[in-house]
Amino acid sequence: MALEIQIEKHLGSFALDARFSCGDGPLAVLGASGAGKTMTLRCIAGLEHPDRGQIILNGHALFDSSKGVDLPSRKRRIGFVFQNYALFPHLSVAENVAFGLGSAADSERSLRVGRQLAQMHVEQLAKRFPRDLSGGEQQRVALARALAIEPEALLLDEPLAALDTHLRSQIEAQLAETLGQFRGPALFVTHNVEEAYRIAENFVVLSKGRVAASGPKEEIFRRPPSLEVALLTGLKNFSRARAISPLRVEAIDWNCTLDVAEPLAAPAAYVGIRAHHVDFLEAGPGNAADTNTFPCWLERASETPFRITLYLRLHTAPGTDESAHHLQAEVFKEKWLRFKDRPQPWHVRLAPESILLMRE
Amino acid sequence: MTPDLSPVWISLETSVTATAITLVLGTAVAVWRANRRGAGPAILDGFFLLPLVLPPTVVGFLLLLVFGRNGPIGRLLLHFGETVVFSWPATVIAAAVVSFPLMYLSARAALEQVDPHFLQAARTLGASEWRVFRRVALPLAWPGILAGTILAFGRALGEFGATLMLAGSIPGRTQTIPLAIYFAVESGDNQQAILWSLIDISISVAMVAGMYYWTHLQNAPRARLARR
Repeated sequence: MALEIQIEKHLGSFALDARFSCGDGPLAVLGASGAGKTMTLRCIAGLEHPDRGQIILNGHALFDSSKGVDLPSRKRRIGFVFQNYALFPHLSVAENVAFGLGSAADSERSLRVGRQLAQMHVEQLAKRFPRDLSGGEQQRVALARALAIEPEALLLDEPLAALDTHLRSQIEAQLAETLGQFRGPALFVTHNVEEAYRIAENFVVLSKGRVAASGPKEEIFRRPPSLEVALLTGLKNFSRARAISPLRVEAIDWNCTLDVAEPLAAPAAYVGIRAHHVDFLEAGPGNAADTNTFPCWLERASETPFRITLYLRLHTAPGTDESAHHLQAEVFKEKWLRFKDRPQPWHVRLAPESILLMRE
Repeated sequence: MTPDLSPVWISLETSVTATAITLVLGTAVAVWRANRRGAGPAILDGFFLLPLVLPPTVVGFLLLLVFGRNGPIGRLLLHFGETVVFSWPATVIAAAVVSFPLMYLSARAALEQVDPHFLQAARTLGASEWRVFRRVALPLAWPGILAGTILAFGRALGEFGATLMLAGSIPGRTQTIPLAIYFAVESGDNQQAILWSLIDISISVAMVAGMYYWTHLQNAPRARLARR
C-alpha cells in the first residue's frame, strides 16, 4: 500500500479519527461538509498536525507520534492543489510553476517548467499572471505547479468546486486524465458523489471524522454499509426494518413486509430502494401473488427535462390521513407518458435484489 | 550671510536612518507576532505601542533613564568610552522609538492580510520559512509595509519632544528642523522659522507624494485584481 493513514485529531468538539490506506491511482474522499475531509488532506500534507497516529507514504513515515516524527510540509514531497488554487498573484504562470524547483539550475528549471506546462496544455499562458486566467486555466496551472516537484502523492481539495457549471464537465475530464496518469496515490476531496464516481475507482467516505465506508466505488453503491453512506450515494427511499424470517423483513415506515435477497444483519437496521429501481407494473396489478408488489397513489410529481420524479403513497389513497409520501420513484418521460392517464392506484414492485439492507 | 542649513541635513539623515531601522525591526517584530496568539504577545503589544500613546517628553525621559550615564545601556556604552546622550545617534534613537509603533502596526496588518493559503502552498512546494517570507509573504504585504514606512518617516521627521530630551538642541550636531523652528521662534526670529517651516513642508510633501506614486505603480495590478 502506497499511503497508510491512521490519525486522530481533536479540535474543539470535533474529533477526527481517520484510518484508511490507498494504493496508486485516484481515490475520492467523500463526505458532507464538516466531515473532516479537508482536515485529513491537510494532515497528510503537514499543514495540520494530528494529535496521534501515523502517516506512512511509500514506506517512509511522514508522521509518527510514537517515534516523534513530524516532517515539515516542505520535506514531504506532496503536491497539494488548494480549493482556490492559491496561485501566487505576484508571480507569472511560469514563475509559479518554477517556485518548487528552487535548487535546480536555470536551464534545467525552464526546461522542466516548459515540460510541465505543455503537459497541462497551458504553455501559451507562461507569461500571464494568475488574475488573467479563467478558473479552468488556474486549476491546470495549480496542477502543473504541484506536479513540477515530482511529488510522491497528489492531494486535491475540492478541485472543481470553484468552477462554473458549464465549464465543469470538460475540466473534470482533463482532471480525470491527469489523475489517471499520475503514478502514486492521488486523493481528491469532493462532496459531489457523481463527480467522484466519474473520476475515481475507489472511495473513502468520511462521516463526523470517521471512515464510514471505503473500497471500490461499485461495491459502496451496491452495498452501502450504513444508512448515512447510502444517503450520500443518493439513496432517496428508506424505512426502518425488522427481520421476520431470514429472507423476509417488515418495512416499518412503509407498512408492509418485503422479501429480500439477503438476510438482514443488524437488529437496528434499514431497508432502502433507489428511486430508479422502483418498478411500475404497466399491465396493472397482475398476479396478486407477485412478491413486493403494492398499490400506490400519486401525491405529486416534479419534472426535469428527460425524467420525472413521482412522490408515491402506498396502500391507501392520499388525503384520508396525514399526507406524506412513502416512496420517490424516478422514471423516464417516455414511460411516464404510457401510464400517467391510467386510473389509480397504480402498482409498484420493489424487486428483492434491488433492496438495500443497511445498519444504522 | 548664508543661512546655516545643517538642521536640514541632520533632519534628513536622522529620519532616513531611523526609518531604515524601524522598517527592519518593525517588520521583524510583526512577522514574529503574526503567528502568535495568547496573553504574552498581547502584553508585549502594549509595550510596543507605548511610544504612540505616551507624550514624547515622557518617552524622551524614559530613554534618558535607559541611555543616560546611570542607565543600564548608558553604563554599558561608557565601558567602551561612548556616550549617547546629546549626540547625533540620540536623535536617531528618539526618532526610531517614536516611529516604531506606526511601522509595526502597518506591517502587522499587512502581513496578517496575506491569505495563509499562499504561504501553505509555498511550504508544500518545498520552500524554507525564509523563502516563504522572502518570496511570498513580503511581496504580498509590501504595499502595506511601504505605507507604514511613509508614516514612520513622517513621524520621524516631525519628532520633537523625545529628541529634545535625549539629544538636546546642539546646532550642527543634534538640532533638527523642528528644534530649529522652536528655538528660532523663541528668540524672535520669525523669518528663520518660516524658512525652516517651508523647507519642512517641501520635504514632507515630496516624500509622501513620491512614495504614494510609487506604491500606486506597484499596486496597480493588484487593484485590478480586487475589482474583479
